[in-house]
Amino acid sequence: MRKLSRLSRFNIASLALGLAFLYLPILILVIYSFNASRLVTVWGGWSLRWYHEFFNDRAMIEAAWMSLRVAVSSATIATLLGTLAAVALSRGERFRGRTLFSGMLYAPLVMPEVITGLSLLLLFVALNAERGFWTVTIAHTTLTMCFVAVVVQSRLGSLDRSLEEAAMDLGCDPVRAFVAVTLPLIAPAIVAGWMLAFTLSLDDLVIASFTTGPGSATLPIRIYSEVRLGVKPEINAICTLVIALIAVVIVIASLVSKLSSSQGESAAPL
Amino acid sequence: MTDELPRTDAAANAASGDQHPVAGQPLLRIEGVSKNFGTFRAVDGVSLDIRAGEFFALLGPSGCGKTTLLRMLAGFEAPDEGRILLGGKDIAQALPHERPINMMFQSYALFPHLSSQDNIAFGLKRAGMARADIAARVAEMVALVKLGGLEKRKPDQLSGGQRQRVALARALARRPQLLLLDEPLAALDKKLRESTQAELMELQRRLGMTFIIVTHDQEEAMTMASRIGVMNAGKLAQVATPRELYEAPRSRWIAEFVGDVNLFDGEFRLRDGHRLVIATREAGTLVAAEPREPVSETKLSVAIRPEKVKLSRRGPVFEAGRETAINSLDGVIADICYLGGTTTYKVKLDDGGMVQASVVNSARLDVDAYSVNQRVIAWFTPDDCVVLSS
Repeated sequence: MRKLSRLSRFNIASLALGLAFLYLPILILVIYSFNASRLVTVWGGWSLRWYHEFFNDRAMIEAAWMSLRVAVSSATIATLLGTLAAVALSRGERFRGRTLFSGMLYAPLVMPEVITGLSLLLLFVALNAERGFWTVTIAHTTLTMCFVAVVVQSRLGSLDRSLEEAAMDLGCDPVRAFVAVTLPLIAPAIVAGWMLAFTLSLDDLVIASFTTGPGSATLPIRIYSEVRLGVKPEINAICTLVIALIAVVIVIASLVSKLSSSQGESAAPL
Repeated sequence: MTDELPRTDAAANAASGDQHPVAGQPLLRIEGVSKNFGTFRAVDGVSLDIRAGEFFALLGPSGCGKTTLLRMLAGFEAPDEGRILLGGKDIAQALPHERPINMMFQSYALFPHLSSQDNIAFGLKRAGMARADIAARVAEMVALVKLGGLEKRKPDQLSGGQRQRVALARALARRPQLLLLDEPLAALDKKLRESTQAELMELQRRLGMTFIIVTHDQEEAMTMASRIGVMNAGKLAQVATPRELYEAPRSRWIAEFVGDVNLFDGEFRLRDGHRLVIATREAGTLVAAEPREPVSETKLSVAIRPEKVKLSRRGPVFEAGRETAINSLDGVIADICYLGGTTTYKVKLDDGGMVQASVVNSARLDVDAYSVNQRVIAWFTPDDCVVLSS
């Protein structure tokens, strides 16, 4: 605390500038979502009018519902697959091509979204799959699975291997040992991975716009198309709601991962 | 070392008890077990019998294969060759949970999400014991390792010594036929380690259980074990009681690994009754007692423990009833290392070598002490010499 009070003026100024650069646009958006005026740039007093308007906008509500469904289902599938991949990579025998497999698993982390989206679109067209809820869900699963795998694998890596051996020594077969000891210990990482996948899916525009079909637009697609015709104050209200939702999820995820790392200390060898 | 007798009694009692099925026979028989990791041969043809009720130590430097051997007994590694017989049954390929063996891990491997009592109860639940029996057994274990009042604590709320106790209780709870301990005291500080050593020995004697401990600490092995197996480079170099290991090491390497030793290389000259005369380069001609196993080589080494080397200002001091054939070497004190209970003198011999003598400081005032550059005679009897092939 004493260090903080001795910050120079330059430090305070640069801190304020940095924070303003990051959060001022969001703050303005939030404030203007409560604007009574029809014009986005003119302040006309406080009002909840645009929130009311959003809840009466059937198309918007449908898009939001679609986004939520996609986010929940793709996050769930991604968590399942990502956890399995992480377990295979950190616990399985050193199989041939392991390095290649882990490299391929993490490729979507660095792959431009346009390429992921386009390649999936080509695949769905080639398969003659009807584009809609399931194609977006699959696309989002391929994107978010690697994030889950990274989170879960780092947790598995910090776990003492002898914990599983101790469980086997005390009468568990390998599967039981995993369920009774490993799973409870990596559960926080799995939850954090799910939430990460959920937020990633919720705010994705690029991949969704490639892989969705007519009549099943997600919220970001819907917002984007509205904005192209001119920004309505209603968009500000929707964005504020999305920010609030994501903020809540991120706070929960960080709390959960904090809990998991404090447990991990006692799991590490002395 | 003097209390070896009660321990063998305990072993005999345990062997005749109903806990161990086959009395008289070894509880555990390891037959020609080998394990390779890639091209590295971690364990190389180890054969060993462990009797029921024994406290056996596997001693060796790090990387000698002792932990790999222990892990094969626990079932975490499968041997590439050989058999492991427990009570006459081959368990070499059995999975860890199929063996009546439990292990205490070096890291303790306590389950961080479970309390002490749930950690101890873990193996009992898996064994399908009734709830009331589990509670009774946990209470018994808690009392046994003196953990009272800490049953509800999680591992991260316990000190290192307390965690060690939980780990021990958890491994003992299933009443295994064989308990494996992987460097169980390595994480404790010196004082705690010494008191825990005594407690472990007491516990083992009381339970009549068979313990195999892996350690790199020779003092720990000497203090606790009734027999020690010394491993080097994957091979079992010698299996012996602590006294035998120290006083009759079978090779140069063991003599140097266990305790301090003066080693002189030389050549066999002649045999005089039960005495060998060996001409050394650095300490002149030495007379040594003939080893139990006859030596065939002419190139030999003579090993003398520092505390067997006596110093005197004039000549060797002859004690009544002792053999008169004595090795006496002239030299000059080169270095003095005061250790409290003993003082180690390094004597530069006139023949070129260096000999260490460890002298007990039996008087508080330094009437007997020597000073640097003082001329002394270092002497020892033929029986104090161990003859080893080079």
